[in-house]
Amino acid sequence: MVVGRSDEADDDRRFRAVADATRRDILRRTMTREYSVSELARNYPMSFAAVQKHVAKLERAGLVTKRREGREQLVRADVHAVRRMRYLLDQLEAMWVDRIDRMGETLAQEKGDES
Amino acid sequence: MTTPIVEKDLDNATLTVTTEFDAPLEHVWQLFADPRKLEKWWGPPTYPATVHQHELRPGGKVVYSMTGPEGDTHYGLWNVIAVDEPGSFEVEDLFADENGNPNPELPATVMRYEFAETGGRTQMRCVARYASPEALQQVLEMGMEEGLVAAMSQIDGVLAEIAAA
Repeated sequence: MVVGRSDEADDDRRFRAVADATRRDILRRTMTREYSVSELARNYPMSFAAVQKHVAKLERAGLVTKRREGREQLVRADVHAVRRMRYLLDQLEAMWVDRIDRMGETLAQEKGDES
Repeated sequence: MTTPIVEKDLDNATLTVTTEFDAPLEHVWQLFADPRKLEKWWGPPTYPATVHQHELRPGGKVVYSMTGPEGDTHYGLWNVIAVDEPGSFEVEDLFADENGNPNPELPATVMRYEFAETGGRTQMRCVARYASPEALQQVLEMGMEEGLVAAMSQIDGVLAEIAAA
């Protein structure tokens, strides 16, 4: 898979955005349905403004989208963006799992050589 | 061998891999201490590794290269931080040039390996620490470009992943 420069910049923002427990929690909630910012804010021991800032960071990273309905701002996770990030993490995991598989194979060869 | 467990901690940009090998600790240690054995598993089949310099002692260097199907060669370097044979060792893994000089523009990964033997089986724990979430991301991109990573399984349980992160 070839990744372009702009994708890399996007990924950068995404990884920065999820390096925070509150933002990950917001992401997790908004994966299932739309939440208003005030509804989200009730879940965290911080001000509405602070939660709004977290949402803004997720929005800039392209992980959530926001729309206005009356006085409410509604937030929803972008499933594609989250999936891409998960894909990158899974790639890293796969690299390690493969490496450990090969370590196991190398050890098995050695056992075979001895017997 | 038991299926490895991989834990990803995005807050601290660390990845922890734990597994158990059906082999004595002495053999597992040789996977790192013997450069010919290290070559057998470090790189994937499409990017086999060659170890050029191997000093697994504090302050020592391990220089390796990986050559891809197009003949493209990528160099890497371990700066050995600590060695406590056969219990643990810690290295800083860096991208390097063909002379084994580190590339300061690319992120380093600190890897700590810990081993313990129980009843002829060896438990291994490896903690890979990236400089920052951005560095972790950069390593991921490099890995993809260099073809270090294998084919991916289907994506599912996005929610579970985010919850576990």
